[in-house]
Amino acid sequence: MSRFKDNSSKGTPAISTASLPDIIFMLLFFFMVTTVMREVDLLVKVTLPEATETTKLEDKALVDYIYIGPPQSKALGTEPLMQLNDQFAKIEEIDAWVKAGEERREEVLKPKITRSLKVDKETAMKIVTDVKQELRKSNALKINYSTAQGR
Amino acid sequence: MLKKRKREGVQEINAGSMADIAFLLLIFFLVTTTMDTDAGILRLLPPVVEDEVIMDVNKRDVYEVLVNDADMLLVEGQMMDIKELRAGAKEFMTNPANSVDLPEKRRVTAAECQQKIGEFKSYVASAANAEAKDGFQKSLDKWEDKLTAVKLLGEFSELPPNAVISLQTGSKTSYDMYVKVQNELEAGIRELREELSKEKFGRKFSELDDKNEEDQPLIKAVRLVYPQRVSEAEPVDVTKKKP
Repeated sequence: MSRFKDNSSKGTPAISTASLPDIIFMLLFFFMVTTVMREVDLLVKVTLPEATETTKLEDKALVDYIYIGPPQSKALGTEPLMQLNDQFAKIEEIDAWVKAGEERREEVLKPKITRSLKVDKETAMKIVTDVKQELRKSNALKINYSTAQGR
Repeated sequence: MLKKRKREGVQEINAGSMADIAFLLLIFFLVTTTMDTDAGILRLLPPVVEDEVIMDVNKRDVYEVLVNDADMLLVEGQMMDIKELRAGAKEFMTNPANSVDLPEKRRVTAAECQQKIGEFKSYVASAANAEAKDGFQKSLDKWEDKLTAVKLLGEFSELPPNAVISLQTGSKTSYDMYVKVQNELEAGIRELREELSKEKFGRKFSELDDKNEEDQPLIKAVRLVYPQRVSEAEPVDVTKKKP
């Protein structure tokens, strides 16, 4: 009986914080490994539409991005513009961009390249349709309508 | 003084600030991390055809979905709410009541597959040139796929090869609406596949693993019965079309 009493009377010892740096380091390494630094600075505002039936893009190395949306800087107006790599581009420049993207990869991987369209949800379909037509002409047929996970 | 210090040995570095440094780095990475794994609706565009072939497509084989500039839906000539589109697409794919307005489904039987495989095998063997041989080989592969599907699923009814969901938008249709429509059509097809997979294999379609060799034929069979047929074809100005 007395044993129990003895224990409680001593009070709780202070929790050792010696392992705190280790825990933090562990978190740090996790984030360091998972981090993908953003490759391009977005010049257009993109709020992705929501969808439920999405497929994850497996291999990030085989995805090229096309951004379409209203420009970030107000001086350029509100009409949606297209951004390839890190600059604005005209529709006609898609062909060269597709070719450049193919050049960077090995021959066997060329048909596996996906072009992911990151389009602002307020955008009118016209520019999207034009881009799609241009992609067809350049024989870049695998596309992805990038969406946010809905609901 | 100096002598005294030496005797004490090298002073230990205080590790108390280690946690702070690590915290600082941690916060930096936390802020810069973009955890977005890109996800979306995958589509395959049709290649450009040099000479536009005007195909004679039966009207019942096309499920026409039009979206106008005000984001309103016109499906098969009828105004429709987006919520009903999923059910509509499913009805088009299955044609449960054998309606004459929806595609005519055709039974695929093992006997027919075997007969066709035999036929095409002899064609491939006696093909005059490489081009013809390729064509016959493709048909042969198609029938062989059908045979495996029949073996796995039992006799099934197949959608005619030119049955298609045709999606057309106006030039001012919002992208949001477009994605919503695509999403609903995709959802309809997915639900059908899930149902079939549950019924025949007792497993969810989404749980079938396309890297697992045992699952690959199952996936192929289910896809054969309910193919992904959303056409990304030539844009047509909807506004010029009379409803």
